Amino acid sequence: MEIKKTPLYNRHIASGGKVVEFAGYMLPVQYSGIIVEHHAVRSACGIFDVSHMGEIRVDGPGACGFLQRLLPNDISGMKPGNIKYSPMCNEHGGIVDDLLVYKYADDLYMLVVNASNKDKDYAHIASAANGEAGILDISESITQIALQGPLAEAIMMKLAPCVPKKYYSFIETELLGTRCTLSRTGYTGEDGFEVYCPNSLAEPLWDELIKAGDGNVTLCGLGARDTLRFEASMPLYGHEMNDETTPLEAGLSRFVKLAKDSSFIGKEPLVRQQAEGIKRRLCGIEILSRGIARDGAEVYHNHKPVGHVTSGTMSPTLGKALAMAIVELPYNEPGTQLSVEVRGKMLDARVIEMPFYKRNK
Amino acid sequence: MNIPNNLRYTKSHEWVREDDGVYYIGITDYAQNEMGDIVFVELPSIGDEFTEGDIICTVESVKAVSDVYSPVSGVVQNVNEALEDAPELVNQDPYGSWFAELIDVEPGRLLSPEEYKRLIEEE
Repeated sequence: MEIKKTPLYNRHIASGGKVVEFAGYMLPVQYSGIIVEHHAVRSACGIFDVSHMGEIRVDGPGACGFLQRLLPNDISGMKPGNIKYSPMCNEHGGIVDDLLVYKYADDLYMLVVNASNKDKDYAHIASAANGEAGILDISESITQIALQGPLAEAIMMKLAPCVPKKYYSFIETELLGTRCTLSRTGYTGEDGFEVYCPNSLAEPLWDELIKAGDGNVTLCGLGARDTLRFEASMPLYGHEMNDETTPLEAGLSRFVKLAKDSSFIGKEPLVRQQAEGIKRRLCGIEILSRGIARDGAEVYHNHKPVGHVTSGTMSPTLGKALAMAIVELPYNEPGTQLSVEVRGKMLDARVIEMPFYKRNK
Repeated sequence: MNIPNNLRYTKSHEWVREDDGVYYIGITDYAQNEMGDIVFVELPSIGDEFTEGDIICTVESVKAVSDVYSPVSGVVQNVNEALEDAPELVNQDPYGSWFAELIDVEPGRLLSPEEYKRLIEEE
């Protein structure tokens, strides 16, 4: 597979980013250090190149009806400028990917999908559409920059004539004289923005946002993006979900509208699973012994295997080793004592509420 | 990259300092820099015996788990418990942050500072 560079690659190298290959792109895993970058986003502001994310345009008079049939969430009530999160399921109810739906107009939407799933998603969506709506992968022509943290709004307002006020909404506006999509979204658990702009604007916009921060914008890499989303208990494809996990198991029930007017791909198995009772579900775990439980570690209750860790690390904000795990019911109940096996040792653990971290609003 | 002249090294980026028959071991500046923020160190137990190349410690950064291989054969006489509460010391002072003291050591083939410098220049 050809490894691609994002339009900001030269900036990452020039700024001393530790660049690695991720989902087919050369991207910085860190600049100054994951923990420093993490704290910067929690307390001030961080900037991320997330151009590896995929964007798929869905258009035509049948667009809304098609998305209703494609996605478990109900997008029928969306107005232009609204954004909705949804899983996207296969016919067995397993998760193909999770994505954001941007509604521009009744006949124009954009889906933002995970980089690692882009091609799989496009194939799934195009085959499901079967001519009902126009489907176009526009990822290559779009740069995506995330500006995240409590200072993000003040910094963005220095460049943008106006900003979207509500979380999960967007506007089309001019930044540095070029039309962009500016959305109040993110993957960090903080307030912030994501800008979708033409590649030609990538470097100037990156530079101007940093300049507008006047020393308060920290360059952030994929490492901090992962610890930030982890603390906010936002699921990551390939960890908390995959083709064999249903959204009901992955803790995404509130994004699955079984009662909506339209049928959707994967509905029948999900209805069946709901009726029969869910057997396992994502939960949060605090490690009480010394040690860190990571993706893949086995979880036990009284020596009986009951699940596995999907993501885990030392939480920089909370200073504890935490994990997300898919665990058999009823062992997912907060307060349940569990053990996690790490390098042959059993670590004491306890189920706790998610999200681990919630910002003060 | 800091490579002190008074130490010996391994291809897997450990350092060794010999002091009157006691061998102190740790990881190099290059190793800590490659790993990034270190958040957990699992030390061996006093009395544990290791053969050269055995996993003697485990060091975890935010993102990854790395094994530390014993550069020599020997018996653990002492461990640096300060690293359990302050694993970041390994980032701040890699050559002061020894993990274990070994005695009854049979030193094997270790790299000189010059040889180690050439090795990391190639990586």
